[in-house]
Amino acid sequence: MNTRQQSKLIYSWYGKPMSSDRKLRTSQYKGILITSESSKTETCIQLGDFILVEGVNADQPYVAQLVDLYEDGAQDKRAIVQWFCRLGEIPQNKRKLLKREISAQEVFFDQVLGYDTDIAAETIIKNIMVLPLHLGEELPIITLNKEQTFYVKQSWDGKCFKVLSPDTFSKLKEANKKRGVITNSSKAFISSDIVTPVKKEMESVVQSATKPKNVDMEIESKHSVSKSSLAKERHSQRVANNDIKTPTARKKLELNSPTRSKGRILGCEVLGLLDDDCDTVAPLEPSPTKRKVKFTSEILGSPPKIPCSNKSKSTSETAERCQRFSDTLRLSPYTKVKDFSEKDKNLHGKDDNLSLVGYQKPSSQIPVLTPRSRRTCAQKTSALIAEQISLLKSHGKLAAEEDFLSGSDSSYSSSSEEEEDDDVPCTPEKRTKSSRIFSTPKSSRKPAVHTPAKTLKKTPLPGTPRTPRNATPEIPRRIQAAQEPASVLEEARLRLHVSAIPESLPCREEEFQDIYNFVESKLIDGTGGCMYISGVPGTGKTATVHEVIRCLQQAAENDELPPFQFVEINGMKLTDPHQAYVQILEFLTGQKVTATHAAVLLAKLFSTPGPKRKTTVLIVDELDLLWTRKQNVMYNLFDWPTQKHSKLIILAIANTMDLPERIMMNRVASRLGLTRMSFQPYTYKQLQQIISSRLKGVKAFEEDAVQLVSRKVAALSGDARRCLDICRRATEICEFARQKRTPEIVRMAHVTEAIDEMFSSPYVNAIRNASLHEQIFLKAILAEFRRAGVEEATVQEVYHHHVALCRMEGLQSPTVSEIMAICSRLGACRLLLVEGSNKYLHVRVRLNLSQDDVMYALREE
Amino acid sequence: MSKRKLKESSAESAECISQVQKILRERLCHHCAAGKLFGMEQQYRHLLELLKRTTVHGESNSALIIGPRGSGKTALLNHVLKDLREMKQVTENLLENPFLSGLLQTNDKVALKEITRQLQLENVVGDKVFGSFAENLAFLLEALRKGSRTSSCPILFVLDEFDLFVHHKNQTLLYNLFDISQSAQTPVTVIGLTCRQDVLELLEKRVKSRFSHRQIYLMNSFDFKQYIKIFKKQLSLPAEFPDEAFAQKWNNNVQHLSEDKTVQDVLQNLFQHTKDLRSLHLLLMLAVSAVTVHHPLLTAADLQEASRQHRSDSKANIVHGLSVLEICLIIAMKHLNDVYDGEPFNFQMVYNEFQKFIQRKAHSMYNFEKPVVMKAFEHLLQLELVKPLERPSVRAQREYLLMKLLLDSSQIMDALQVYPNCPTDVKQWAASSLSWL
Repeated sequence: MNTRQQSKLIYSWYGKPMSSDRKLRTSQYKGILITSESSKTETCIQLGDFILVEGVNADQPYVAQLVDLYEDGAQDKRAIVQWFCRLGEIPQNKRKLLKREISAQEVFFDQVLGYDTDIAAETIIKNIMVLPLHLGEELPIITLNKEQTFYVKQSWDGKCFKVLSPDTFSKLKEANKKRGVITNSSKAFISSDIVTPVKKEMESVVQSATKPKNVDMEIESKHSVSKSSLAKERHSQRVANNDIKTPTARKKLELNSPTRSKGRILGCEVLGLLDDDCDTVAPLEPSPTKRKVKFTSEILGSPPKIPCSNKSKSTSETAERCQRFSDTLRLSPYTKVKDFSEKDKNLHGKDDNLSLVGYQKPSSQIPVLTPRSRRTCAQKTSALIAEQISLLKSHGKLAAEEDFLSGSDSSYSSSSEEEEDDDVPCTPEKRTKSSRIFSTPKSSRKPAVHTPAKTLKKTPLPGTPRTPRNATPEIPRRIQAAQEPASVLEEARLRLHVSAIPESLPCREEEFQDIYNFVESKLIDGTGGCMYISGVPGTGKTATVHEVIRCLQQAAENDELPPFQFVEINGMKLTDPHQAYVQILEFLTGQKVTATHAAVLLAKLFSTPGPKRKTTVLIVDELDLLWTRKQNVMYNLFDWPTQKHSKLIILAIANTMDLPERIMMNRVASRLGLTRMSFQPYTYKQLQQIISSRLKGVKAFEEDAVQLVSRKVAALSGDARRCLDICRRATEICEFARQKRTPEIVRMAHVTEAIDEMFSSPYVNAIRNASLHEQIFLKAILAEFRRAGVEEATVQEVYHHHVALCRMEGLQSPTVSEIMAICSRLGACRLLLVEGSNKYLHVRVRLNLSQDDVMYALREE
Repeated sequence: MSKRKLKESSAESAECISQVQKILRERLCHHCAAGKLFGMEQQYRHLLELLKRTTVHGESNSALIIGPRGSGKTALLNHVLKDLREMKQVTENLLENPFLSGLLQTNDKVALKEITRQLQLENVVGDKVFGSFAENLAFLLEALRKGSRTSSCPILFVLDEFDLFVHHKNQTLLYNLFDISQSAQTPVTVIGLTCRQDVLELLEKRVKSRFSHRQIYLMNSFDFKQYIKIFKKQLSLPAEFPDEAFAQKWNNNVQHLSEDKTVQDVLQNLFQHTKDLRSLHLLLMLAVSAVTVHHPLLTAADLQEASRQHRSDSKANIVHGLSVLEICLIIAMKHLNDVYDGEPFNFQMVYNEFQKFIQRKAHSMYNFEKPVVMKAFEHLLQLELVKPLERPSVRAQREYLLMKLLLDSSQIMDALQVYPNCPTDVKQWAASSLSWL
């Protein structure tokens, strides 16, 4: 289902073609107009703008910068973009390279090779802003419309993060300026696009009022099952705004206003707005606000006025104080220390902001002219303070957290990611306020009492107490460490366990190479394909495929191959074939939806050209269990790789070689294709090699013993698991048998015993150990079978024989009740097959083993 | 004086007797609590080693304990677990132990819920305790996948009536449990208890491949001498019995009984029928119940009486309580069976046969009306001495419903022998259908 179609967006060129290439029959444009038919709005996107591009996940559109726009020979509107990648697009294992917390609004300048930068213009959603920042800088917490603004600090080239080169930095900035967007701090704020958040909010209200149609559309989309991504975004934005209105407004008052020179006016504005907006907070607000405004103005004045030396002195003072407090820290209770550490933090934040002002606007026309020297000075101080803070930070955080916890209910402290994003930044500010209140003697008494209450009130804001969504349970950890193997036999047993992963898979080199080549070629081509792998259980299918994936992943990490995603599903681990969709989608995008919806989303995902989408390698284990009557699950799975843009490689694993012919409809089998591979059962030599490779360096088995096991297993099934299990059992028997602490190796006798234990038929033994009358009953059955010539008899007939046999042996003949008891006992062991017992004497009885076996078992005695 | 003494001693012995009753009944009813295992030392060692390795080394395993009913499978497992928990290194590792029974957890969904509950993982999911089956499975697999050999607490899964789990859809639960036990995840040991010898053939091939094929067979492989020993052990009083003199007397008596010929015959008879210790317990229970203040020691006669009760044929017992008319009907059916070689009959045929007997021979029998005979016939139907071949429908006339007799002729003859006040001509008729000629 293409959601775009619902909102009917029309893409048209803006202006005349700038240039055209006759040979290629392309023409370039400087902008594109997006007209929404339903709401009659027009958006113009020009070259150099930052845009959102439709992606895999509707909630997380891609971020990019528009580099070029052209119309190709086929009249298709194309765009060339420079990508930015979100945190979510960076592989988990690489994220830790960053060594810092990343907010959801931060993106990375994408320098990964291999992403298609040429996209269809129709995938552009809208324009946004991407503000370049320096590495040390804090994210300005200015925007209400979080969805619209992103920050870029570093670039990402697939392997490591780098600081933006000055060139790119200026370019990005240039691009922003061109739009008339002045990015950070300082005066020009109000005039620009980014109005102060509150104002913006007002504006948006006005906007929505003036555009009733737009609102209509939104409402409509709210009702429609699948929202158009645009509307959805806007909607969520609005919801978010409404939710966090109060805290954000306050946030602005506290921290961010200092960075803006219009702070005073702003404060007033906000105050007024707050009065209107949130009546509940209003009564509490005045006193803190007033104080804040005062504070702000003081700070506002500071950058130009306070001379460099003074500043550094003050900071060194702070540093000293910090030192002192870090000393007392160990002794004093939290409350005191917290105050100071918080204060310092706050101070640090301010300084940081100041340095920001100085640094980033060296030659602009703002009235606050910051000379270069001061800038470096500010930098220095911030560095100094940062040093001190780093000492205190951990403790401060801890204290803050502690307080935080006690103030809020415990569900709040659950580490759901978004919650942390939203709230943790608030925490220091809130604390700051209270700490300041503590320091001011009397006037602050009252608000001090109120603050915790407010904290409490705020906490439920993000919504009803949520259950942690991705809580994964854990089996309790063991208290005592698991013992390491002490003897040779124990070591051998550990290595022989099926779960032990060997360094390499012997005897499957060819199959490994074939699968590897197949996947590798598809990866390089960027196309899709299917492969069907069959083989009896225990022939190393899954292990080989996993090994292939491991190698490919390694190669991808070393940049020898384009990166890919690896998804695995197992038919046996699904409760229903349709759950396959859910699991695949969850692996790919992390969304959790119903099976039908997941099928729709996946179909869309694999059928639409995703410019940045990596190739997906999907392993479908136990394929036969995905069978449904209409076979739509299998059909879809094998249909996707045949789509042009799917980039999907499927490795399907099952036991039967002729599965496609046997259970699949023609249309499914045809899509599966003819790339097949079958794993032959291991021969005894291979099994021998597998065991000896596992036992390398451990002398636990006689050569002959290993050979015996492998020959025996190869003759039966060729199942490597069985082979390993027998060996493991043999080590146990060996350990059992040896009485003294003498080192012993597994000999033929032990292996033979283990094999007997596993493979001997239990029936003969069971019959030999049965009671006398049970044996006579079996004899009677044989006699009856012989008499009637049919391998089935009723209990009544057998009973007569039984009584006769008892007379011959001189035994007391049993009653019918006893015979029935014997019959049901043998039936429970499945020596006999007995039908339902309500027929009493007319119950029919059959033997569950051959007559010869019974004769053999009975004759011995 | 002497009377008072007598009274005193009788009060004392009453105390003793009730103690004896208590101890023995407890032992015989919960036979696993008796604390003794017979003839399974090897299996005990095997299982103990297996579980010890799981807990100490974190090694995953799977095993089946197979043996006929009453062979002590659960008793063995309980014993091993009890002894295991006494070991220091094991208790510290806190062996968790989900216990599932195929009779209770009739499908995988219920089984999964039960596992989650018993592992005490349900509180992790918060208020949404149990989502859909699919979520539940994913949840549990995720939980188990996160563990590793060296760090996680080993888990012991016990599946009682293992053969019933085999019939769950796709054998999903078994596949996943065995798969975990064969991969480097949380160490688990799966122990299945079953009485079916062919249980391995029921496993699907990939489930079977993942099962380690460890089978511990319990076969009741003791002989009669050991059986006598078990009998003695089960009956003798423990050393810590309060009244030592009485205990001594009782134990001597038990020793004496075990050498008694009649008692040995009784036991031999039971042993020949079944080696199942449960039936021995049942027999002893009946015998022990006969012990009173006035009859403080077990005698051979008690055991014989118990054996008689134990062996008596249930259907023949019912026949004892029938009226003469009903007996006559049964005899008529027996003759019909003889004549038509076990073919089914209907009421009309039985009635005709009965009429023949009445008209030709019977002098002592009153000629009952047909509805009366019908009533008697329906009584037999209710007692399930006869069984209709098909379900009675509205349209079919009751007289013509096809029936089968659920008694053997030997049972009927035996019952007639002991039937009180049976008319002679009926007895004669029973002996031969042609006796009136």
